[in-house]
Amino acid sequence: MRLFLFRRLLLAILVCLTVLVISFTLTRLSGDLAASIAGPNATASDIAIITRNYGLDRPLPVQFFDWAGHAATGDLGRSFLYHSPVRELIGARLPVTLTLGLTGLAIALAVSLPLGILAAAREGTAIDRAIMLVALVGQAMPSFWLGLVMIIGLGLDLQWFPISGVDTWQGYIMPGIVLAFSAIPALMRLTRSGMIEALAADYIRTARAKGLSRTKIVFKHALRNAAMPVVSIAAVQLGFILGGSVVIEAVFALPGIGYLAWESITKNDFPVVQAVVLFLAVIYIALTLLADMMNALLDPRLRG
Amino acid sequence: MTNSAADPVLSVADLRVTFGERTEAVRGMSLSVARGETHCIVGESGCGKSVTSLAVMNLLPRGAARSAGHIRFHGRDLMGLSEREMARLRGDKIAMIFQEPMTSLNPAYTIGSQMAEVFERHRRAGRRAAMDRAAELLARVGVTAPGMRLGQYPHQLSGGLRQRVMIAMALMCDPELLIADEPTTALDVTVQAQILRLLQKLQQELGLALLLITHDLGVVARMAQRVSVMYAGQVVESGPAAAVFAAPTHPYTRGLLACIPVPGTVRRDEPLGSIPGMVPRIAPGFIGCGFRDRCGSAMPECAGAVPLRDAGGGHTHLCRLLPDATRAPGA
Ligand SMILES: Nc1ncnc2c1ncn2[C@@H]1O[C@H](COP(=O)(O)OP(=O)(O)O)[C@@H](O)[C@H]1O
Ligand code: SF4
Ligand SMILES: [Mg+2]
Repeated sequence: MRLFLFRRLLLAILVCLTVLVISFTLTRLSGDLAASIAGPNATASDIAIITRNYGLDRPLPVQFFDWAGHAATGDLGRSFLYHSPVRELIGARLPVTLTLGLTGLAIALAVSLPLGILAAAREGTAIDRAIMLVALVGQAMPSFWLGLVMIIGLGLDLQWFPISGVDTWQGYIMPGIVLAFSAIPALMRLTRSGMIEALAADYIRTARAKGLSRTKIVFKHALRNAAMPVVSIAAVQLGFILGGSVVIEAVFALPGIGYLAWESITKNDFPVVQAVVLFLAVIYIALTLLADMMNALLDPRLRG
Repeated sequence: MTNSAADPVLSVADLRVTFGERTEAVRGMSLSVARGETHCIVGESGCGKSVTSLAVMNLLPRGAARSAGHIRFHGRDLMGLSEREMARLRGDKIAMIFQEPMTSLNPAYTIGSQMAEVFERHRRAGRRAAMDRAAELLARVGVTAPGMRLGQYPHQLSGGLRQRVMIAMALMCDPELLIADEPTTALDVTVQAQILRLLQKLQQELGLALLLITHDLGVVARMAQRVSVMYAGQVVESGPAAAVFAAPTHPYTRGLLACIPVPGTVRRDEPLGSIPGMVPRIAPGFIGCGFRDRCGSAMPECAGAVPLRDAGGGHTHLCRLLPDATRAPGA
């Protein structure tokens, strides 16, 4: 187990480094940074000053290691747009995005687990087919479109929920549902197939031969084994949800990391872009590690 | 000898199991097992042994349909029971163990947890009492350090140990009937012998009615008081094990016996080796002898209804041939 975690951690650090290099290179490739910082009315000497001040005249590897070195100590640089440390910008927006992501995941799990289990327990019946049809439709629905439909229907017409901002907790509901929608089909399908496989296993026949109740058989014996792949995918889906929040935070005007990313990309605020990409990569890796650890808790064979 | 007809623990009459329109896997099985008796069902793979046992437990897979004259447990017909009533018997008065010790235990729970839950379910016992009972039974089936085993997971145990755990788990609630479907087939030879000895010892000590399913006549010779030879969903020969081994009357049984060297019973004039051909898949409504494609004594009339013949002493067979005729030398 310890070796297993160590290997995962090593892999995580490698992935982080790769992401760093890629995000760094991409921002440098997107044109003359000094010129875009200086603005359209800048003179050539303005640009030259900025280039020198920001160290943009140094060789790329030097710039990279300078930035990476600072990033490693938690110093992510300053935003050109806000003129404040990137770390503060991210820190201020993090709670919004995390709340949104966890709300989305919670809604997704609350819908997909029961439906997936029900579909598996009623495999091949009309109930199963109806549930799978819903999953198919859900998968085909673009999330920004669903977001707009909800804003118009539930926000403007019925006025059940605020259409933007997070002044109250209700502000998280609609974007949460929209994000959940993108995760539900995969989670539901996986729950269903995992449960079908588990329910056909020999140990389920043993459980039945022991006279256990249907509830015990489904929820104790089958679900525990079906849960492992679901946990892994749930972590990946939360990563997708957080990535998807770039679009959804823009649609619902939520002041989160996604909104910050969108803003900094359009304004070419490269320290922020780099930091956000790095940050999302770290979160993504942390989620995968978390899923591995939860699976080790669920499956004694992984604990060795 | 035991007369299983007197007060059988289990009595099955005319059991039929179909899978859709094309397969009748069990075609009118009848058998009974008495207290303290080991009744073996023996036959090649695919002849319907597992389906028979699952039908008795009402654990058939989806798509299977069963019917029977009766399936009586201590005189009470199980055919009329609801799933809930049947579940109350399973694991309590009727227990079952399976062929695959590697996969029959849930990998996610400890041995103790899986053993304890049967006791909690049927005896309304608490976890502590159930664990004590589990440790007691592990010791009884010859598992060393039972207290430590309770906290282990199935993957930490060898195949033989797991099968011992399965047996101990089956005995948690003092069952009267134990159905064992090829309990040693997946184990290596020395472990097989240990498990068979254990089953025999427990059966005698506890007075179990043991329905033991096997494809191995060596197991039958060692374990059975009664034997039912199954072929293509039917019992083709049944009787006291000693009588059947001494004088097999059905051509299929004689073919099977020719396949294994049981001292004193092998007919030297028959070739050793498996019976050529395969167990056929038979559809509902089939008439005639299911063995006729592989039978050396087949005649045109074997395509018609086959009579059940009595060789005396509870020894019967399903064949047009008379018991005496089949016993004639060189027949
Ligand atoms: N789930 C199933 N679906 C369809 N047919 C089945 C199924 N299970 C068993 N059968 C049929 O029943 C026959 C007997 O199977 P089984 O009782 O498992 O044989 P065995 O004597 O080896 O235990 C098989 O040959 C097959 O035709
Ligand atoms: S009935 Fe005919 S085919 Fe069947 S076993 Fe007897 S002799 Fe052979
Ligand atoms: Mg079988």
